[in-house]
Amino acid sequence: MTRKQKRLSVIVGGLVFLAAATGLTFYALGQKASYFYMPADLATATVQPGQRIRLGGLVEKGSIVRGQGATVAFAVTDHEKSVKVTYTGILPDLFREEQGVITEGTFGPDGTFVADSVLAKHDERYMPKEVADGLKAKGVWVESESQ
Amino acid sequence: MVEIGHFALVLALALALVQMIVPLVGARVGSQPMMAVAGPVTVTGFALTALSFTALAIAYARSDFSVANVWENSHSLQPLIYKITGTWGNHEGSMLLWVLILTFFGALVAVFGTNLPATLKANVLAVQGAIGTAFFLFILVTSNPFARLSPAPVEGRDLNPILQDFGLAVHPPLLYLGYVGFSVCFSFSVAALIEGRIDAAWARWVRPWTLVAWIFLTGGIAVGSYWAYYELGWGGFWFWDPVENASFMPWLAGTALLHSAIVMEKRSALKIWTLLLAILTFSLSLLGTFLVRSGVLTSVHAFATDPTRGVFILAILMLFIGGSLALFALRASTLAAGGLFQPISREGALVLNNLFLTTATATVLIGTVYPLAVEALSADKISVGAPFFNMTFTPLMVPLLLLVPFGPLLAWKRGDVLAAAQRLMVAFAAALLAALVTLIFIDGASVLAALGDGLAFWLICGALTDLAVKAGVGNVALNVSARRLVGLPRSIFGTAIAHLGLGLTLLGMVGTLCFGAERILSMHAGETVEIAGRALRFDGLYPAPGPNYTEQNGRFVLLNAAGAASGEVTSSKRFYPVRQMTTTEAGIRTLGFSQLYISLGDEGADGSVVVRIWWKPLVTLIWGGGLVMMVGGAMSLADRRLRVGAPARRRNKTVAAGGAGVS
Repeated sequence: MTRKQKRLSVIVGGLVFLAAATGLTFYALGQKASYFYMPADLATATVQPGQRIRLGGLVEKGSIVRGQGATVAFAVTDHEKSVKVTYTGILPDLFREEQGVITEGTFGPDGTFVADSVLAKHDERYMPKEVADGLKAKGVWVESESQ
Repeated sequence: MVEIGHFALVLALALALVQMIVPLVGARVGSQPMMAVAGPVTVTGFALTALSFTALAIAYARSDFSVANVWENSHSLQPLIYKITGTWGNHEGSMLLWVLILTFFGALVAVFGTNLPATLKANVLAVQGAIGTAFFLFILVTSNPFARLSPAPVEGRDLNPILQDFGLAVHPPLLYLGYVGFSVCFSFSVAALIEGRIDAAWARWVRPWTLVAWIFLTGGIAVGSYWAYYELGWGGFWFWDPVENASFMPWLAGTALLHSAIVMEKRSALKIWTLLLAILTFSLSLLGTFLVRSGVLTSVHAFATDPTRGVFILAILMLFIGGSLALFALRASTLAAGGLFQPISREGALVLNNLFLTTATATVLIGTVYPLAVEALSADKISVGAPFFNMTFTPLMVPLLLLVPFGPLLAWKRGDVLAAAQRLMVAFAAALLAALVTLIFIDGASVLAALGDGLAFWLICGALTDLAVKAGVGNVALNVSARRLVGLPRSIFGTAIAHLGLGLTLLGMVGTLCFGAERILSMHAGETVEIAGRALRFDGLYPAPGPNYTEQNGRFVLLNAAGAASGEVTSSKRFYPVRQMTTTEAGIRTLGFSQLYISLGDEGADGSVVVRIWWKPLVTLIWGGGLVMMVGGAMSLADRRLRVGAPARRRNKTVAAGGAGVS
């Protein structure tokens, strides 16, 4: 190979590598990114059973039922609609009624949301950002309540 | 004292302005006295910032609640260490720590840069001054830590309980030393662009500074990871959280920079690329600061959200990243390009390393920023987590790790892959053996786990092979090779040790992810649970008072085969009344390199407690490997060659020692 060909093959190799990495990245974004919904959004959105989503809202008052062992059932609400959620594991320290949470998981065949992770806010001053924005957009939550 | 701190901070801003303008103009017009201003001004600026920081720390130590910042983030009952570390456990204080470290690095350049060319030194310090000016302004305008309250409250609102931990004493300072340490490389690059040339001093200086920053950043990330592991009670060591990614991106880019700087130093090639990489690495540090401090993300690190701060940091970000890249675009073509080289060579291997590492950095960047972009441009809210990074980051890392042992064994200029492969036969055999042993002798081992173990052993044995080959093991008598090993330049040890650390970290990850066990169950006092062949008895919950909290201690007893107690683990839940917050203090018992991890959940009505127990094999190696990488970095840094002005002395010494040095 001449010097020119050699250099060309290095450049082409590099470009192919970058193209493959870019392609993989955007494929992965399409496949693996999980969307955030509030309960009322679910009426209009099409969520396949088995598709991972994040469901956020407030823990509905009086909805927490501690079942067998470490399984907990509760409802997530945005004061418009509410969705039943089950979760097996240890709930975050700041999980309470009327508290903003984000749950991540998939819908089971019976329409219950099976969460494999539950996030509450990190301390008493802040609400998860997505939940705060969503509730503000619905006019359910006003800034002063955050304090 | 508080007002003195505030005043010192304003003075430091004024000095930063002087530091930015006077030396820059001096270098332009060739005025020695104007350039000479840079040094003393930089050192004084550091002293003033340190005074300002000390003033805030004293206000914290004394629980002076007339200072709004102290009132919001401290409490008189906190132990003294958390009162002091609380200084940077909040937005304002952590920004003050940021500029303290920035001015500290500036002062180091000023003090140790005596043999730098005068114009280069002046320009470097001027760029440091510009960064300082921006951040001093940011603090004084949007985040003043010294604002007073009148009347002064009697009691403070307590530090976020999650931060009341020894981790806060170590993690932020280390991380900032890393983040901000890259500012020196950035300043050197911008100074080179301003001057329009890259001289030999530039190349000699960039590598040690990169190493220093990299060592601290490695430590900061490792400590942060361990802290999250034991404090959050989820038992994970890495969550691909945007805030973690914010520190991981400069680390990846910094690692690439570390390697390309070697090529620049040894072969004076890749100069322009190294310069660009130095700019990008610090840009990622700035981006990290923006992501964490602006409030666009919700996390433990986002102390408070104030939109003006976000806009201000975004402006700083655009000014420095945009400005330096524009300067690069204008000036890069005027810089003398380095030489070309053969693809199969040490240089070629290091370029490949850079290709993988920068691409990996880009995937992490996309995964971190994409959700923010989507949210800004549409109504959709998405999150990108571990599944995305497993799919993109991992496939980039595996070939890179496979190639790591080859790199140091290839010669400069023209390498021989076959010869290197031959020398790596032993390492390959060891890796294969590790994979087979894993597959055959460990129950439930998947092929992937076996390959992971094999890859880890490949790295570890590859690093050892490098040392053995360079000491001439097998070619010369054992005592000769032992003497040669001791006489090897420290940078060779540094490389081998750092690569070995990488292997250990990988081994820890594979062990934890593939062979760990987990039980979630509800337990009554006296019940026994079995996990990974170990029996664990729950003895019940015992309340205990703390200085500013109350805790419920869950006592667990580890039983041996005979049923006798062989150890105790205590897992607690703490309640902090001031903030009405509960935290989990995981119960951890280290057995060899592995850990038993217990975290407590809610108490049921019948007195039972939800308990989550993990068996985490080899988990400590994850952070231990990080520590080993730091040692490797420090070894490299200790190499005489890197000490400016040392090469002459070293040559004499080598001659005196009979020319035993191998490089």
